[in-house]
Amino acid sequence: MSDTSKPMDPTRRQFITKAGGAAGAAAIAPGVFLTTPAQAKPADQPVSNDKRWGILVDANKCGNGCNACVTACEEENGWGSANPSEDHSSPEQKAHWIRKVTIKDKATQHVTTLPMMCQHCENPPCVDVCPTGASFKREDGIVLVDKHICIGCRYCMMACPYKARSFIHEDLKDQKPWAPRGKGTVESCTMCVHRVDEDGTPACVEACNAETHKAMVFGDLYDENSEISRELKQYGGKEIRADLNLNTGVRYRGI
Amino acid sequence: MSQTKLLMRLFALMIGALLLLPLAATADEDEGEDEKDPLPFSDLVITEPARRFSEETGCVAPEAEMRRNHMEYILHQRDETMHEGIRTRQYSLEECINCHAVKDEQGEYVRVEDERHFCATCHTYASVKIDCFQCHSDVPVRASKLRKLQSGLAPHHSTEPFAGKLASETVQLLTNEDQAQ
Ligand code: SF4
Ligand code: SF4
Repeated sequence: MSDTSKPMDPTRRQFITKAGGAAGAAAIAPGVFLTTPAQAKPADQPVSNDKRWGILVDANKCGNGCNACVTACEEENGWGSANPSEDHSSPEQKAHWIRKVTIKDKATQHVTTLPMMCQHCENPPCVDVCPTGASFKREDGIVLVDKHICIGCRYCMMACPYKARSFIHEDLKDQKPWAPRGKGTVESCTMCVHRVDEDGTPACVEACNAETHKAMVFGDLYDENSEISRELKQYGGKEIRADLNLNTGVRYRGI
Repeated sequence: MSQTKLLMRLFALMIGALLLLPLAATADEDEGEDEKDPLPFSDLVITEPARRFSEETGCVAPEAEMRRNHMEYILHQRDETMHEGIRTRQYSLEECINCHAVKDEQGEYVRVEDERHFCATCHTYASVKIDCFQCHSDVPVRASKLRKLQSGLAPHHSTEPFAGKLASETVQLLTNEDQAQ
């Protein structure tokens, strides 16, 4: 491409027109604010570190036996039951972007279940060990694998303390356009980055809320008015393996 | 066009495509000769896109430019989307597929293994082996519209509880609409 000046994207143009009349927050009475939802990022703007996306999971609300988040992720991103291409792989080899984990307290016999996926670490070991730069953290804290660069060495799988990553062993068909996946590369939860970039919510969180368990909250950890920040401030939330100092974007309660 | 010129262009195009390099201005002398910039090889039929990006330009850039440099556009978009979350539609591979998808006699979209697949027509002819479709979808996926609507229904900044699922009528409607296309 010799000419670098691209014509203006129509969606950007639309955004500008639409944003014209939008106000950030309006005071309806002293001390009472009506906050209008933040505008979605214009499609032609890069993500920035003004935000850090996170998920809060309340393990007490998480339904024992409920698999809604896993199924929703499979369908959204086209893996597991939603993509039968991986039929030669053993269950241990198959993709697992998100899985349900059951924990039993030996002393009290109390059983907890929770969804486990990439914790979107602020200091991600997967990125540290990746020899190619394929594992990377976006400005807004979402950790991804650039499969165009990944050589499938699987160092990151060994480095991840949460067993969040999987490797694709077989030729795949029928991937979703918004979630490309292919043989010889490593993958993990993307926090539904394609939805997040369009001001949406990750499929697991959406499904959990639809199932009435409402055990998951998604939002911006840097925005003190977001639901996730308010919840964390009021009730707290733990990191799994906090001793590793990874400062995870996914937090848990009731564990 | 003379026979030698024709051969030269064919050769240059093949080398250019193979190396994924923007082609030097080999074909620019015929400016004005023919608006449509006919393909240098007569026996290759390129299917017309099902949809056009816009009335003025047709494709996202002039046809001649796209024929030579489409891979450059896709490559730029690829890195910007992956690393910076820039999701403009104009040069996205998904949109290429959405417009250029070809249907067979049964009305099903043909896959990339089929010679009639838009990308395959040229790539097979020129023996270009690309691996986009080992990971990326080679046919339009109907659910994308549904997905957008769904994610739009559940804005993450909202403090209101949301239904999170589309009413069955809406789903029905979307499906019908998509089938009608
Ligand atoms: S949870 Fe694992 S894959 Fe995710 S960022 Fe942390 S180390 Fe990387
Ligand atoms: S498998 Fe891919 S992402 Fe993981 S460390 Fe190796 S090159 Fe990096």
